[in-house]
Amino acid sequence: MTTAVATHETDHAHDDHHGPEKGIRRWIFATNHKDIGTMYLVFAFAMFIVGGLMAFYIRAELFQPGIQFKDPQFFNSMTTMHALFMIFGGVMPAFTGLANWMVPLQVGAPDMALPRLNNWSFWILPFAFTLLFSTLFMEGGAPAGGWTMYPPLMLQTGDAFPFVILAVHLMGISSIMGAINVVVTILNMRAPGMSLLKMPLFCWTWLITAYLLIAVMPVLAGAVTMLLTDQFFGTSFFNAAGGGDPVMFQHIFWFFGHPEVYILILPAFGIVSEIIPTFSRKPLFGYEAMVYATAGIAFLSFIVWAHHMFTVGMPLSGQLFFMFATMLIAVPTGVKVFNWIATMWRGSMSFETPMLFALAFVFLFTIGGFSGLMLAIVPADFQYHDSYFVVAHFHYVLVPGAVFGIMAGVYYWLPKWSGVMYNTTLAKTHFWLSAIFVNVTFFPQHFLGLAGMPRRIPDYATQFTNFNMISSIGAFVFGLSQILLIVIVVQCVRKKGPAVDAKVWDNPQGLEWTVPSPAPFHTFEVPPKIL
Amino acid sequence: MNTQTPKQKKSDNNRIVKQLVLMAVGMFAFGFALVPIYDIFCEVTGFRTQNERDEITQTMEIDKERLITVEFVANNNQTSDWEFRPVISKMQVYPGKIYNVNYFAKNLANTKVVGTATPDVKPVEMNKHFKKLECFCFTQQEFAGNEGREMPVQFVIDPNVPKYLERMTLSYTFFANEKLTAELNAKSN
Repeated sequence: MTTAVATHETDHAHDDHHGPEKGIRRWIFATNHKDIGTMYLVFAFAMFIVGGLMAFYIRAELFQPGIQFKDPQFFNSMTTMHALFMIFGGVMPAFTGLANWMVPLQVGAPDMALPRLNNWSFWILPFAFTLLFSTLFMEGGAPAGGWTMYPPLMLQTGDAFPFVILAVHLMGISSIMGAINVVVTILNMRAPGMSLLKMPLFCWTWLITAYLLIAVMPVLAGAVTMLLTDQFFGTSFFNAAGGGDPVMFQHIFWFFGHPEVYILILPAFGIVSEIIPTFSRKPLFGYEAMVYATAGIAFLSFIVWAHHMFTVGMPLSGQLFFMFATMLIAVPTGVKVFNWIATMWRGSMSFETPMLFALAFVFLFTIGGFSGLMLAIVPADFQYHDSYFVVAHFHYVLVPGAVFGIMAGVYYWLPKWSGVMYNTTLAKTHFWLSAIFVNVTFFPQHFLGLAGMPRRIPDYATQFTNFNMISSIGAFVFGLSQILLIVIVVQCVRKKGPAVDAKVWDNPQGLEWTVPSPAPFHTFEVPPKIL
Repeated sequence: MNTQTPKQKKSDNNRIVKQLVLMAVGMFAFGFALVPIYDIFCEVTGFRTQNERDEITQTMEIDKERLITVEFVANNNQTSDWEFRPVISKMQVYPGKIYNVNYFAKNLANTKVVGTATPDVKPVEMNKHFKKLECFCFTQQEFAGNEGREMPVQFVIDPNVPKYLERMTLSYTFFANEKLTAELNAKSN
């Protein structure tokens, strides 16, 4: 951990030649890591809203049995698009935005290592998602084969098919470039004395996430390229009639897909590992163990992929290997959860908004982890597979997991970005509404799944009605309560709130708290000295 | 780290970027390399039935001590105008003895069809011991309009088959080859 920090000049004598450009050019030609970070976060929030509206549609359709609105095909395209928007448009860009803002500040670098690449990797995203969104208006509708894009179902997509593939390629290129930038910044731009094992855990988890991204996004690009050539260029990678194998797509997809789920959670581990020590007023328990646990999770993520496909047919030996390898992940994850708890143990705890989100993260993510262990058990998985139990599981790790991690980070660093403390009453209201209704939404889905309700089906047997109604009401309130987040952030941007000093919180650790609040446009032009 | 001159830093940055780009390109290639790796893995482990004649290397003694139940299954893959079924649905066999069975296939359409059947053996542990000596699945099968015929399979189960394997399923799925079918019909018209 960064233990001490020294002299930093806040005033620059040579302030004349730089500062943000005026107007729209500031954003289009942005190379400043803080501006690009802000754009990433705003973009991610916009996609969160779009994906949220799709979730609104899904929950409204499922509010009662029977078909409420459009046809089942449209329902399936909503579940598919909801996933693509939330994963690639919401969570991943939000983490990249936080990395852009915080990694240079935390390692004492003046900016990201590759500022123009940074600009490019952001500006690809609006085009990618406009393209993806436009498929809703195409002949044959938006993709409806699930975000996993399994052939031959995916190949039945109408005109939208090549557009979806291109959009996925663009998202992949964007995240690979963003990841390269993070790795180079962390490996080569650290302030003197900032050894790797002094880095804040957020930088560590992002470094490992970035390597995961570089390793698996190209594999996804390869898999969707094969889909494309199967459809248009007469290849038979996945076409059994031509000697291919549709199950092979699932193997290649999940070779990407399982590391991907850790890409979606590791940065949140990092954020929580920053917040809990601050509000427990103790250093993080087992810092090095946390680093090695993260690396261990990343390694294991490459050898467990087939647990997503137990039911498609696999030899017993394969099922046993993937079951035990998957359960092994509980060990490093357990190390992390116990270390967070040990950090709080006998700490002088206080419950500011970021801490509330971090605590909810630890508790609710662990629930998602446990249901993951249940799914890892092969014989049990045959019952759970493709049921609402799976939906409940991955929403527990993604919403009160990844999304709460992002919100915790935003509430932790927002005063540093804006220079004012947000309305804490409103923020805590936002927390309690989110924390309560995320459970109202997703907890009943466990019961639905165990009782046999399948995923991705717009209609259901009448005995599932009550739990579905509860779940839908929870989803509506959870969604609407996110309006509070907009209000809180807008107030901060307008500087409505008490000004904060450089430290913001009660003695937080890390270089970011040595620069003034709001963080000036340029920071660490003279590298800080780490004692 | 920041003790370097800006020039050094820049060249260091470029070096790391090159390595990372190389890694990304390598992983893209790896995604495609997974295709042959998958096939080789299936062949070496015997996880997937191969669509070719199995070689018999040693002479087989007929083991009259035990009987193994073989079930026959036929599937159509989205080919509607098609009848496809095993002539008998199951039989009991001695390991080491050669058997002949027939599948019946009929093209219900008026036009010609070309296609192949892909075999599958379950449980997968049986793959190594179930030997196809002759099979209609080795070649493309051509059917005239409304033609129906029986198609032979000749097989033997290796007598070294482990005792716990008492039952197996041989299944075929018929896939029409759309490209060849279209060519054939274009020629005959």
